[in-house]
Amino acid sequence: MFARIYRLIVKEFLQLRRDRAARFRLLVPPIVQMLVYGYAATFEVHRVPTAVLDLDHSQESRELLARFTSSGRFEVRAVLEDRDEIARVIDREQATLVLQILPGFAELLRKGETASLQVILDGTNSNTALIALGYVNQIVSRFADDYVIDRLRRLRPDLIQVLPEVRMEQRPWYNPDFNSRWFFVPGVVGSLALVIIANLTAFAVVREREMGTLEQVIVTPIHRAEFILGKTIPFFLVGLAEVLVISLVGTLWFQVPFRGDPLVLLAGASLFLLSMLGVGLLISTLCTTQQQAFASNFFFLSPALLLSGFSFPISSMPTALQWLTYVNPLRYFLVVLRGTFLKGVGFAVLWPQMAGMAAIALLLLVVSALRFRKSLE
Amino acid sequence: MSIQRLTAIARKELIQIWRDRRSLWIALFMPIMQMGLIGYGASLDIKHVPVCVSDREGSQESQDLLKRFQASVYFDLVGSVADDRALTAAIDSGRCRIALVVPPDFSRTLRDAGGSSVQAVVDGTDDNSANVAIAYAQAVISGYSADLRLDFMRQRGLGAQAAAPLAVEPRVWFNEDLQSRAFIIPGVVAMVMALIGALLSSLTIAREWERGTMELLISTPVRPMEIMLGKLVPYFGIGLLDAALCATIAVGWFQVPFRGSLVMLLGTAALFLIVVLGVGYIISVLTRNQLGASQIALLVTLLPTTLLSGFAFPIDQMPAPIRVLTYLVYGRYYVTILKAIFLKGAGPQDLLAPILALVVYAVAIGALAARAFRKRLV
Repeated sequence: MFARIYRLIVKEFLQLRRDRAARFRLLVPPIVQMLVYGYAATFEVHRVPTAVLDLDHSQESRELLARFTSSGRFEVRAVLEDRDEIARVIDREQATLVLQILPGFAELLRKGETASLQVILDGTNSNTALIALGYVNQIVSRFADDYVIDRLRRLRPDLIQVLPEVRMEQRPWYNPDFNSRWFFVPGVVGSLALVIIANLTAFAVVREREMGTLEQVIVTPIHRAEFILGKTIPFFLVGLAEVLVISLVGTLWFQVPFRGDPLVLLAGASLFLLSMLGVGLLISTLCTTQQQAFASNFFFLSPALLLSGFSFPISSMPTALQWLTYVNPLRYFLVVLRGTFLKGVGFAVLWPQMAGMAAIALLLLVVSALRFRKSLE
Repeated sequence: MSIQRLTAIARKELIQIWRDRRSLWIALFMPIMQMGLIGYGASLDIKHVPVCVSDREGSQESQDLLKRFQASVYFDLVGSVADDRALTAAIDSGRCRIALVVPPDFSRTLRDAGGSSVQAVVDGTDDNSANVAIAYAQAVISGYSADLRLDFMRQRGLGAQAAAPLAVEPRVWFNEDLQSRAFIIPGVVAMVMALIGALLSSLTIAREWERGTMELLISTPVRPMEIMLGKLVPYFGIGLLDAALCATIAVGWFQVPFRGSLVMLLGTAALFLIVVLGVGYIISVLTRNQLGASQIALLVTLLPTTLLSGFAFPIDQMPAPIRVLTYLVYGRYYVTILKAIFLKGAGPQDLLAPILALVVYAVAIGALAARAFRKRLV
């Protein structure tokens, strides 16, 4: 039995070796995608393009605006003279944000009333706008604090020491600099394995069927189980190699830390790949032509990538979709990947993910093996 | 070129599309699926961040502060953790994204020394969510701090001095509620069209070669130009239909504001389609097999239009070499156009540069496509 499975595996690798295009597709696109993702996928907000319009021209207004430039978060691209210019800079996307200080700003401050800083924001990119607004609020509240304390120092210097204040000390763990790359790179490992392996498996079987070589295999003394194993083991190995190569690119090129145990990642990757083989086999039992396999594969990939937490947080999805993510193997694998890369956690924390993938893999493999028997007859 | 022959080819292609229901299905079902999935699934709006608390003092003050977190829609208090080990476990397992630690001497230092601090341990794995959550937490804590001060000053007869000296008045334009849906959905139109256009048209010529019907076509008096245009015209129609379908779902179902004109939308869609179909056609001519063609089409369209077009990731935050690269991605121009038409109500005068870029692309791709086929016929 093992000898027969082994021959099949050898045959599969021979086929791969002869097919230069397939080998190219296995190696080059994943690395290119990893590089593009690593560089392009970022939700970070630095250097917000900003324009300022100071209609007060007071010492206070200049001081406030200076805090924006010195924070490093904002890049002043234009100094406006007139309110009519606001619409122009925003419409032409020269600035995402305009800081406007109205006349009388300093006077209100000195009188002890509430002065205002007007912030005109281009909300098109809601995420950038939201984060920029958060930075504005931080700078303004610090300015306000300092101003109050300054005033108090003149009136009641004795109170300064006991003036209550609660500060927040932030301690970001795992990704202290909030580097988007650290978030995306481990995810790319999973999503590439998803795209490549299910696809390969589905096509390998469908191609035999389309070319008529499946019948030839059936008349040989090979059992169906042996055939399925012989077909899937090579892709399992290819998948592990892909995970390894892409992970290496991530850690060596992009310097993303790997803090966990490689064995935990290996276990997670194996379970994930098993479920991907299940998906591929299932697709292959549903389709008779490569065209169909391609279309079905696409309809599987697109939701699987989107509903995994790869780039959009699952907790922000509507409840119904959140439930749907539980049947998505990638959801679990991403937790394992980020857990081993960034958090350095092991089985004690990740066992629910492992169990989830194992259950999905088992179910898919059993169903597709049963269906496979039927579809052969 | 004869219009009669061109329409004959187009009719043949239409009949083929009609008989092969699968591609028709893809063309109609895929936009609906992508729209639904992305519309619902691709949200960056952060609410209900799970928070654990470790209140090591249990005083009136610390409870007051934590109640503010409970009252905020941005946070859900999911439990309390007794010590550092429990806190680490809660963050490691993802049970909570933020853990607030109130030190045992919180209210005492607040009373005696003025300043006291609360620690916020944040799971930074998802940097964007973490960043937004920190900003919200910061706002809750500064609000609490400001109220404490106000009380303190009032008690000492300094109420007049305690008013906040400065307020931020934000005015958000174009996407007033800062919904990520309004930011992301217009770009989906471009993504769907790029995918469908390239996928369907990449198969047309490859299919003829694979089935051996290309020789038949070649032996007729039909010119290469007529084949190309005749084959692409039906897909052009389908593409426009898809654009209209996507826009209808975006506006009718997801309530994304549409402030521009329909003429602008369809006009630019037509321009974009020329580019997309041309690319698919070139792939089809060069590969001559359906499988390879569809895979290459997927590779060259999906990745650039999702990653390098500004569809979700802001281009101005990318490193300079990648920013330069985005100028080569035709999806980039159309995503810019779509967002401007939907949210800003932009007209042709506002979008001259991206429209011009698409025109240049359309001409170049069209010329390439026409040449590619001529060579292959010989």
